[in-house]
Amino acid sequence: MTGPAIFLLLAGLGAIAWVSARARALRLQSAARASGRRDAVHSLPGYHGWYVALWTLVPAGIFLAVWANVAPGLVMQDVLGSPAAQSLPADDFSRSAVLGEARAIATGMQTGAFNPLSQGLVEPYKDAIGKYGLAGAALALLLAFAGGAYAFTRVRPDFRARTRVERLVMATLLIASLLAIVTTLGIVASLLWESFRFFSMVSPVDFLFGAKWSPQSAALGYGNDDAFGAVPLFWGTIFIGAIIAMAVAIPLGLMSAIYLTQYASPTVRKWMKPTLEMLAGVPTVVYGYFAALTIAPALRDFAVTIGIHGASSESALAAGLVMGVMIIPFVSSMADDSIAAVPQSMRDGSLAMGATTSETIRRVLIPAALPGVVGGVLLAVSRAIGETMIVVMAAGLAANLTLNPFASVTTVTTQIVQLLTGDQEFDSAKTLAAFALGLVLFVVTLLLNIVALRVVKKYREAYE
Amino acid sequence: MTAMMHEQQTLTPAGETKMPETKMTARDVKVFYGEKQAIKGVSIDVDMDNVTAFIGPSGCGKSTFLRTLNRMNDTVASARVEGTITLDGEDIYAPSMDVVQLRARVGMVFQKPNPFPKSIYENIAYGPRIHGLAHAKADLDVIVEKSLRRAGLWDEVKDRLHDSGTALSGGQQQRLCIGRAIAVEPEVILMDEPCSALDPIATAKIEELIHELRGRYAIVIVTHNMQQAARVSQRTAFFHLGELVEYGVTSDIFTNPKQERTKDYITGRYG
Repeated sequence: MTGPAIFLLLAGLGAIAWVSARARALRLQSAARASGRRDAVHSLPGYHGWYVALWTLVPAGIFLAVWANVAPGLVMQDVLGSPAAQSLPADDFSRSAVLGEARAIATGMQTGAFNPLSQGLVEPYKDAIGKYGLAGAALALLLAFAGGAYAFTRVRPDFRARTRVERLVMATLLIASLLAIVTTLGIVASLLWESFRFFSMVSPVDFLFGAKWSPQSAALGYGNDDAFGAVPLFWGTIFIGAIIAMAVAIPLGLMSAIYLTQYASPTVRKWMKPTLEMLAGVPTVVYGYFAALTIAPALRDFAVTIGIHGASSESALAAGLVMGVMIIPFVSSMADDSIAAVPQSMRDGSLAMGATTSETIRRVLIPAALPGVVGGVLLAVSRAIGETMIVVMAAGLAANLTLNPFASVTTVTTQIVQLLTGDQEFDSAKTLAAFALGLVLFVVTLLLNIVALRVVKKYREAYE
Repeated sequence: MTAMMHEQQTLTPAGETKMPETKMTARDVKVFYGEKQAIKGVSIDVDMDNVTAFIGPSGCGKSTFLRTLNRMNDTVASARVEGTITLDGEDIYAPSMDVVQLRARVGMVFQKPNPFPKSIYENIAYGPRIHGLAHAKADLDVIVEKSLRRAGLWDEVKDRLHDSGTALSGGQQQRLCIGRAIAVEPEVILMDEPCSALDPIATAKIEELIHELRGRYAIVIVTHNMQQAARVSQRTAFFHLGELVEYGVTSDIFTNPKQERTKDYITGRYG
């Protein structure tokens, strides 16, 4: 039996279970109500319907999910046990090629065989798939019937179906939230594992403190020593994301937040705030080509005009400036929130002393809002150093350790993209280096986020 | 009839023997919040020698009127003030009046203590700094000590001037705010229910402080506590529904109110 058919069948069973259980509950409850005792009836009939329907669907669904993972193994066992499998080649590679082809033909994804050996295995494959498919469907239906029947017998006027159904709803919600956490943990685990493999080839000290980055030379067989010094990458990331971008985003973001919270009329604020926040919605790739095609050439020409040597058409400044613009909404909305969170009484107190609005902002509001602003800036930095598209397009690939903003530098994210795009072998240090870089980036942004959230939280408590 | 009685009573408190030095005058002041009229033509004189209390039920406009006296209503975008208010004969709503100067001369203490999240010293030094009253650190030290002494807080905080002002108790915070207002040498101090967030002991200290400050500054206090008005003030104005119902010597208002509404309020009939 095929997948869709069994699902439709189960859905039908569920619907029948719902309707019949609800009808039964209605009938029993009206009888019980006639007896006059108020506590004789517990849940609404609909809950009984859901209770029975869920008992019909959930165990069968879980079984099918498990079966989908177990069945291929059983099929394979059967196929290998068939007489035709005796003639399979010995080495793993050609063996799995033949098996794969046979499976493709058996499931109808491929019509003819390249390897005559596969043709012989098609029949055993078809048999096994049919056999286990039928077995799975039969078991699932059996479970659905058993579950439904069990639940149906429990439908009584005073049965607490609502409590059970709501407990399942809660469990579902819990699982949904756990899924995100589990995914994060899985990502961290894979980062850690691949990084561990990398560090078994390259010493962590060389990686973290080495000043020369040339993974290509390592890949070409010149050895791993000296090729994976990531300091130029770290510097490039900090130079673009934490220095140049912040030099743009902090003053502009802060000033726009001050204007919007303190000076702008409600109408102006109503229009400007969403417009500003729209900046955050522009796809980063758009910023990327703006940086690469518009800003970078202009900056290079400018640098050449004023006689700066080593000006590159892919400059740290171009990427940093554009990234700064992209970050402005982050800084301004965090600053906006924290300035707005300073109690009105603080502002009144200062104004009543005869301070002007700007004195009040400088001397009272900003100092009081500072922790929130700092938190916002840290979050913005963590966003900036993880940003990829702009730097890939505008910052270049040369791992230079330079203070010249017109020169080309490269960043951690750019290099990860470089190391992992195209065909890669997953056992070379060159590829694994991407994971080590990713791990460093992850740890740094995680720390920044933790510190930022703590700072913001501490500050919020101060006024509540 | 009420309007006519207004006319007679508002200008100078009834039962006055000698005319004290008038500091602020209000004539036919009306305040609007958007369409809504919050103050309906109030005229009153505030003098140097007496503490003036504004009493009345919640929402009667006493705080709103207080805030017109140092133009704090300017910070509310929808608020509009009509009529004339003068300080030493000068119209404070005239275009030539600098609101910064005005607020230095008419200080304010709020309902909830609102020290800045700075040190005690910096809280007091805030006003003198923005108004350029002290040029050297030593001058500032003198102002800080003098203000804290006048606010009755010096002995309690002299060893921890650099601790945060927000770490003080509620009553101390409120005295710090009074000290902060005093530090710029104002002529009038407006107090908007300064004790409503404080416990009875802290309240007693603030009331004592008001007694000590009387005469040096013209003091106007808004309170919803009639016993407090009776204790700290010499003049009492009763507000109701945006009108000034009765204004007179405090003891007269409390023992012999002329208006029915005042009597009802004082005897606890409403409010």
